Amino acid sequence: MNMVRNHVLISIDANTIIAGARAVEDALIKEIARQGLSQEIVVLETGSVGIEDQGVVLVVYPEGIYYTNITPAEVPELVEEHLLKGRVVHRLMLKETPKRFVITKEKTGLMKEQPRIVLKNCGFINPESIDEAIAADGYQAAAKALSSMKPDEIIAEVKHAGLTGRGGAAFPTGLKWEFASKVDNPVKYIVCNADEGEPGTFKDRLILEGDPHKLIESMIIGGYATGATKGFVYIRGEYELSIERLEKAIADARSYGLLGTNIFDSGFDFDITVMKGAGAYVCGEETALIESIEGKRGHPRNKPPYPITAGLWGKPTIVNNVETLSNIPEIILKGAENFKKYGTEKCSGTKVYTILGHVATPGLIETEMGTTLRDIIFEYGGGIKDGKRFKCALVGGAAGAFLGPDMLDVKMDFVNLREYAAALGSGAILVMDEDTDIVDMLKSVLHFFKHESCGHCVPCRLGTARLVELIDRIAASKGTSKDVEGLTRISETMKDTSFCPLGQSLILPVSSSLKYFKDEILARVQ
Amino acid sequence: MYKETILKKFEPRLDNILYILHELQDNNEQHYVSKEDLKLCADYLSVPYSFVHGVATFYTMFSLTPRGRNIIRLCDSPPCHLMGSGSLLDYLKNKLKIDVGETTKDGVFTLELTSCLGVCGVAPALMMNNATIGKLTPEKVDAILEERRKSL
Ligand SMILES: Cc1cc2nc3c(=O)[nH]c(=O)nc-3n(C[C@H](O)[C@H](O)[C@H](O)COP(=O)(O)O)c2cc1C
Ligand code: FES
Repeated sequence: MNMVRNHVLISIDANTIIAGARAVEDALIKEIARQGLSQEIVVLETGSVGIEDQGVVLVVYPEGIYYTNITPAEVPELVEEHLLKGRVVHRLMLKETPKRFVITKEKTGLMKEQPRIVLKNCGFINPESIDEAIAADGYQAAAKALSSMKPDEIIAEVKHAGLTGRGGAAFPTGLKWEFASKVDNPVKYIVCNADEGEPGTFKDRLILEGDPHKLIESMIIGGYATGATKGFVYIRGEYELSIERLEKAIADARSYGLLGTNIFDSGFDFDITVMKGAGAYVCGEETALIESIEGKRGHPRNKPPYPITAGLWGKPTIVNNVETLSNIPEIILKGAENFKKYGTEKCSGTKVYTILGHVATPGLIETEMGTTLRDIIFEYGGGIKDGKRFKCALVGGAAGAFLGPDMLDVKMDFVNLREYAAALGSGAILVMDEDTDIVDMLKSVLHFFKHESCGHCVPCRLGTARLVELIDRIAASKGTSKDVEGLTRISETMKDTSFCPLGQSLILPVSSSLKYFKDEILARVQ
Repeated sequence: MYKETILKKFEPRLDNILYILHELQDNNEQHYVSKEDLKLCADYLSVPYSFVHGVATFYTMFSLTPRGRNIIRLCDSPPCHLMGSGSLLDYLKNKLKIDVGETTKDGVFTLELTSCLGVCGVAPALMMNNATIGKLTPEKVDAILEERRKSL
């Protein structure tokens, strides 16, 4: 047998494909063959490695060296110098290595500085290979759950782990499963919410592109625990690569008998269908999503009844976010106690964040609940771009709050942020430097909501339109202080009277921007 | 006729409606769902025309009016906005001499705005047909338009 000396991982995701990753991959394989190294050096495709704006990224193992912005022209040099002669090409190496890229060479491939539960395999395995997923412990938790645990034992474990929903509302997952399992109905569904429309959020896409089998495994476990035998994954229509990879993963899982009938000889049957959305932010709301799967306009439903009693086609339906579900295998395999070692007392586990805007290295990270905004921006994000000063960050997406410098050292988790009238939401962290025009940003946020208001209820439909009128006037320096007051008044009314959380959540960006930047906003009016 | 082949790919169940509309639009030379398509879909699924119309107009990925050969969807959500999508929009409008929602006279480009495309790590971004392109600059926009014109 030949000894494999190096593994070269090439990140193939939506971003690196844009940057020409396929051409680099071809060049790499050819050059390695030309140098006669094909037996010793293996090129592997993987999902995102967490670096978002540095072109084509390669990682060479076992050294763990990251090369960025690689084009086919650099490939011969890289192969000759690093792979043949063993000399690292410093010119092409990632310049500053922020904390998040520091990895240990343990066989587990765990990132040292980042506890990795959800993203454990992302960037390490080839997401299109079920064998690699299995080699990286894939489907082990499902095997354990289905062959040695009773449904209520699984639910007890998830409850004990304290896992809460990562889709924004932070509802305890174990409790949701328990309610659903107690509903007496022969037909139940489990739906994975991969609509991901919250501006600034792309974690679910990278999880799907990087490790689709983990999601399938989690849904099998969730189905078994709650009694659902049919799963749906609702993915937004723009996520072509996610859809493609998940569909392939499902087909592979079927052919391995991991989906279908009598999985792991347990007598449990389960299968998954992928549903493709068509562009509507509100469809991320669980009841609107259910309407959309049924083939209707994505209007939210009245609650109660909640989906767990009457959801898809009137049947009990569990809706969970991609990230929430991707925590399940680890909890089952290593136990709730281990999971609780991460995070804070009230929110255990990790959170996947997307860091973007005016930071040195935008990208994806997974870190313990309770990490401060300061650490996320300055340690993981490499600090503010071009040496500028921090002004604020919009945390949690458009439906989140602007947080100023006084919030940098607050421990961020779902519960704690709520006490500061903020929300962790989807985990998007949009960083703004000192030169940012806050009126312009608020305008962009309000325009987003006007566009995405589904029109179902009057307060939200008219309220978003009025807010846009006001902010446009203010931004054009034609407003008055009355218009500024109007922003608060209208968004407060919307909070009290809107039908769904879409209209109810505008108060967050409006009141938080006024809290920090009232003077700046007032300076724009007469 | 190709439309029937598309319909036959799916069982006549309402939950296939988005897939059917996607495919009809993708296979339409003018990248839209025509009245005729809506009618076909309604008959196939045994639902009223008005229902299909309601669904098709709800989702932003569907257009009920003919569009150009290439559809540009520029993201204008806050993260892309922060990184300069506003000035890119002006640039595109000037360059193509059209407003948002319009098609160039030669029918080559339609300009649209979209909410977050989920690639904000490389903001500002746009989708050219099915391809997402990030880290946009005016020069890059020029190159993309040029490439599309050449491939006519
Ligand atoms: C307007 C709106 C948009 C939402 N978008 C998403 C989304 O894109 N992804 C998601 O998982 N949850 C989204 N949610 C939250 C869902 O309604 C629901 O709480 C979640 O999918 C439950 O899963 P979890 O308990 O695992 O978080 C949204 C809610 C609202 C009101
Ligand atoms: S904000 Fe433009 S892609 Fe997300």
